[in-house]
Amino acid sequence: MSDPVTHASVTVAMTVNGSAVSHGIAPRLTLADFLRQTLELTGTHTGCEMGVCGACLVMLDGRVVHACLTFAVQASGSVVETVEGLSGRAVIADLQEAFHQRNALQCGFCTPGMLMTAHSLLSQEGVPSRDAIRDALSGNYCRCTGYEAIVDAIETVARQRDAGGATQSAEVGV
Amino acid sequence: MKARAFSYVRPSTVMEALQAFEGSAEDASYIAGGQSLVPALALRLQAPQLLIDIAHILALRGVELQGDWLRIGALTRHHEVMADPLVRRHAPLYSEAAPHVAHPAIRNKGTLGGSIAHADPASEFPAMTLALGAELEIAHRDGTRRVPADEFFLDLFQTAIAPGELLVAIHVPVVRPGHRWAFHELARRRGDFAMIGCGILAEFRGDLVEGIRIAFFAVGNTPIRAGRTEDSLIGKVLDDAAIVAAQALVGDDLDPPDDEQTPPSMKRHLARVLLGRLLGQLARQGT
Repeated sequence: MSDPVTHASVTVAMTVNGSAVSHGIAPRLTLADFLRQTLELTGTHTGCEMGVCGACLVMLDGRVVHACLTFAVQASGSVVETVEGLSGRAVIADLQEAFHQRNALQCGFCTPGMLMTAHSLLSQEGVPSRDAIRDALSGNYCRCTGYEAIVDAIETVARQRDAGGATQSAEVGV
Repeated sequence: MKARAFSYVRPSTVMEALQAFEGSAEDASYIAGGQSLVPALALRLQAPQLLIDIAHILALRGVELQGDWLRIGALTRHHEVMADPLVRRHAPLYSEAAPHVAHPAIRNKGTLGGSIAHADPASEFPAMTLALGAELEIAHRDGTRRVPADEFFLDLFQTAIAPGELLVAIHVPVVRPGHRWAFHELARRRGDFAMIGCGILAEFRGDLVEGIRIAFFAVGNTPIRAGRTEDSLIGKVLDDAAIVAAQALVGDDLDPPDDEQTPPSMKRHLARVLLGRLLGQLARQGT
């Protein structure tokens, strides 16, 4: 029935972790599969592939979204940042350290998504309450830790960053 | 868990989108945020030959006050609905419901128009559309038409949008002094689909209920107004007796389908609980 010619590959161009990339792909390729298979950025994990588990979260034009619920072709023209990008430019080094210190991961499958959510939450103003952290994490499944350590790690960094910011302001004030 | 192969187009105007659908022999889907459609494609519940990406059509964006109506572009994302000051002021049931819609990452991508056009009976926004008495602006080849929410939700995932037509905006009659509203839902976990939920918009003259729209979700094939319960409250003061009487009626307004997790008797019980809480809130807003 279907004419295979009509499903020919399309060219997508986007910025991923600061670099311009351009590839010919099938329209049905999800952004998650594009990142993992075409660009070999395997930090973005595919778990449920239906927007439930949160392992595939990435930043798309500055907001956290599921890479499994976006076709790569939809993201053409956009700016994407993956966990490799965030860790590479050290903006989540404190989160990674806090996850390590607090044992906030066991198998690590959910961790990239957890870090994405945490990064997004902590990019907002103020120190989130534990309830707000739990609410933000409600779309991230972890089957190992029971979440408590993850909430602890994120709360720790939120307070550290707030104290750091306060110290800096005080220094500027002096 | 991979979608069947499809072709993709990205129109920049509504007319281009409608034409793309026409050219597809009606084997196409519009995609906006895709937060319901992409999983449906992955599960192959839908397998169109063509995906028409409407996310870049500027005419579908923006929130604007037009006289006594608030026009919300269909592409307004859930996180924008949540934060928009015009929505908060003029169509507050959407603002109250928004934090309960799925999870932050879904709200960053999902659109109000997409949620309403998808018409999942367990979703918050379709029911709030009904409670607010909104009108849905639908584009077709010869222009646009506006359908009142009461005539829009026809059956499970079925709306007044005909194949090929496109929902372009939601028009909400702005709330006025004397209006009170309340929203609540009961979900097992934050962000999960609710077991039941309800939004109420009521107009008071002094302490008397002059008009009221009570819309439940997750109780049937469409969002549902509790018509007899509404009628029973007109002209009443929202005192304990009126609330108890309304609670006694509301079960008859609903005909929940059998569902092994929340059977009809439980849904009716939860409806009474929700209604009592919400009417109590409305009563207290007047003090």
